[in-house]
Amino acid sequence: MPTTHDVLFRTLADPTRRALFERLCREGEKTVGALTVRAGISQPAVSKHLGILKRAGLVRDRHEGRETHYRAQIGALAPLLDWTGRMAGFWEKRFDALEDLLKRMDQ
Amino acid sequence: MTDTTTQSETRSVVLEREFPHPAEKLWRALTQPHLIADWLMQNDFKPAVGHRFNLRAEPRAGWNGIIDCEVRVVEPNKTLAYTWESGEGALAIRSVVTFSLTPKGTGTLLRMEQTGFRPDQKQNYTGAQYGWQHFLGRLEQVLAATA
Repeated sequence: MPTTHDVLFRTLADPTRRALFERLCREGEKTVGALTVRAGISQPAVSKHLGILKRAGLVRDRHEGRETHYRAQIGALAPLLDWTGRMAGFWEKRFDALEDLLKRMDQ
Repeated sequence: MTDTTTQSETRSVVLEREFPHPAEKLWRALTQPHLIADWLMQNDFKPAVGHRFNLRAEPRAGWNGIIDCEVRVVEPNKTLAYTWESGEGALAIRSVVTFSLTPKGTGTLLRMEQTGFRPDQKQNYTGAQYGWQHFLGRLEQVLAATA
């Protein structure tokens, strides 16, 4: 099963999705139409990317009449921004390096 | 790991590993600059309380690679602690790293605890200054490394 990190990384690895997400962060709630104007891709393509962002929990949608409004869910980035998660992997690798060094110090 | 976005609480990373080497030898690896450079990072460390030094990694997008440190505890062959501060905005780390050595038979148990305290910058994501560029730079590095 993919972890939260995997899903977030995969979702944000695409530059078009990242641009859409970044715009929603900066400019607040937007309709699909408004997002399409400057996205440089078709509205169905924008909708598809928004669907992927939604499944990753990065955006939330709201229906109003015939329009769908999207807004960013910054809290979904918390696992990536949490330094404890980043540092745990860092120290594992450094301890491996320390183990190597200690062996070499014997010689 | 939790998904909490609350920034007021103290959080820690703890790692323990037993090494088949005496504490004196581990102490050297933790406190001699050329040995620290071998397993951790380039540095100008001195085992003296109050000494300020840097750990230097390769700079990367969104991070200058510099960690600011100050020695807090030096108990030879037992305990070493220093502050560990780096980064800005959403990726900032303000923490203290403590290494504790405990003899185990002929070897030594090394415990590393990194305790973070409340970042001095509030994590305000709504404005333009919320460290998005840092995040993206870092994310791209991570993706490149895991590809």
